[in-house]
Amino acid sequence: MLDARGMIKRRLGLRLWLSGGWLLLLALAAILAPWIAPHDPLMQDLFTSRLPPFWMDGAEPGYWLGTDSLGRDVLSRIMHGARVALIVALIAGTATALIGATLGLIAGYFRGWADLVISRMVDIWMAFPPVLFAILLIAVMGTGLTSVVVAIIVIDWTRFARVVRAEAMSQGAMDYVASAQVAGQRRLGTMLTEILPNVLPTIVALLTLEMGIAVIVEAILGFVNLSVSTDSPTWGGMIAEGRASVHRAWWVLVFPLITLFLTVLSFSQLGEGLKDRFDPVLR
Amino acid sequence: MILRRVLLRLLTTLVTLLGVSVIVFVTIRVVPGDPIAMMLPPGATDDDIDRLRRIYGLDRSIAEQYFIWLSGVVQGDFGTSIQTRQPVLNLVLRRLPATLELSIMALVIAMVIGGFLALTGTRLRGTRTEGAIDVTNGMALSVPDFLWGLVLILLFGVLWPVFHISGRISPNLTSEFSTSFYLFESVFRLRFDLWLDLVSHMFMPALALAIPLAAIIGQLLKQSLKETMHLDYVTLSRTKGYGENHVIIREALPNAVLPTLTLIGVQFTFLIGGTVIIERLFSYEGLGNMAIDAVINRDLPLIQGIVILFALLFTVVNLLVDMLYAVLNPRLRHA
Repeated sequence: MLDARGMIKRRLGLRLWLSGGWLLLLALAAILAPWIAPHDPLMQDLFTSRLPPFWMDGAEPGYWLGTDSLGRDVLSRIMHGARVALIVALIAGTATALIGATLGLIAGYFRGWADLVISRMVDIWMAFPPVLFAILLIAVMGTGLTSVVVAIIVIDWTRFARVVRAEAMSQGAMDYVASAQVAGQRRLGTMLTEILPNVLPTIVALLTLEMGIAVIVEAILGFVNLSVSTDSPTWGGMIAEGRASVHRAWWVLVFPLITLFLTVLSFSQLGEGLKDRFDPVLR
Repeated sequence: MILRRVLLRLLTTLVTLLGVSVIVFVTIRVVPGDPIAMMLPPGATDDDIDRLRRIYGLDRSIAEQYFIWLSGVVQGDFGTSIQTRQPVLNLVLRRLPATLELSIMALVIAMVIGGFLALTGTRLRGTRTEGAIDVTNGMALSVPDFLWGLVLILLFGVLWPVFHISGRISPNLTSEFSTSFYLFESVFRLRFDLWLDLVSHMFMPALALAIPLAAIIGQLLKQSLKETMHLDYVTLSRTKGYGENHVIIREALPNAVLPTLTLIGVQFTFLIGGTVIIERLFSYEGLGNMAIDAVINRDLPLIQGIVILFALLFTVVNLLVDMLYAVLNPRLRHA
């Protein structure tokens, strides 16, 4: 039994290290992009259009991952795209968690009409196709970082609200909460000092998953040309270009796709790992 | 008792649909962009704009517009598309079969793959194969359909081009059909040449939609099977001398499948939601693809119609799943 637990722990450790390592690398690339990116991500040059990546015939030195149909360097664009992706992940993820978890706590702990209103809203939200909703919101608000962040919050707050509500409800029924109230603590105080610390691990795990989802939503919006703006490189925009010229220049699609794939996988592995870490049985 | 429950469900469904319609209506009318100004050529006068605005009812207050639209909807009139000037209902109904066929195909693929993984994992429990299945499931689960779609495009559209990666059917074949349910019609009329062409177009987008769901099914079904395999009646059937395959499929599966079926119901609505971007990715002429065009063109009546239809689809699926569950679960049936 002890051995099995040790093995699980070791596996978890490796998983956390790998995904954390990739995200750290990405964050560094994003922060340092203006200084270490080999080329200007926006510079077009028809003489260098559709250059293949470095190991293939016809590659030019300095353009490691090739260029797109307008001659823009794929590697530099991925690095600059990482800035948008990670900023969206951090801001949208955190804000979604804050808003969704707050509503979930209120609904799950106070019950009554607050729960009724919030639960009904969640039901209505579940009847929207999320991608279509996000696209609709961007069309309404116009493209831009704020719009992307707001759209993600609006479509995804229910993810937190549902889970946190259920958790808060089961915690609220426990004896320690009742005893806090008997001791004369106010309802709001109880919610913040007794319930919140106990649902926090869940919120943190969900937050990590949400960051991965935010990256995907941003990429999807970029894919339909509704992300930050047309002249800052985004992974979604690159993927759209790559999809259009996939038969002539596959590398324009492959490299942003691999980056996106690893990033999403890392966020979700990190979330799973954190969930297990917080699990008292495994701890 | 059951009747009351069904009525209550219908009522909440109605409330949800109304809620969806209000939200869409208000959201798209707060838009700063003027759909009318975009419709007209640059030289249009203010009078022209006003006239068109009146025709589409956009000169009234949001509340008035909403009730006009709602009373139309009750009579089956969803308004007229601004972009194509055709009735929204016709446009939407012509595209709906494409999306339904894609979703159902994806669901079937997901159930086949997921079921196969779960059964194999249970049969070979404790071996390396089970571990491999777990890891694959975990990965398939955490990557969304959009990325699987792109991976499939690269693998089976470019690297080894065996499937079509855009469209629903080869363009020269569309005239062969008299309904919009191409897949059903081709089977029904025994036109397997058409069926083959359809499937070679639909398989990639359907598989992309199916992969995450297959992983979920595989995981949950395997879990329930594992729990069921420890029950006494399973041990009993083993002592009767039945083989392992018989025990898993005939004895354990019928009891283990119920939670998975409920989950499939919920997940199926997510899958339908996923068609929006997958159809875009594969240039598949369905509802989702039309929805994105409608948003980009700010075709307000069309957007409203499509979103309401999606919401209707979601709530109907949920309703059906609840009823199916009540029918399949003996504990609820006799309650």
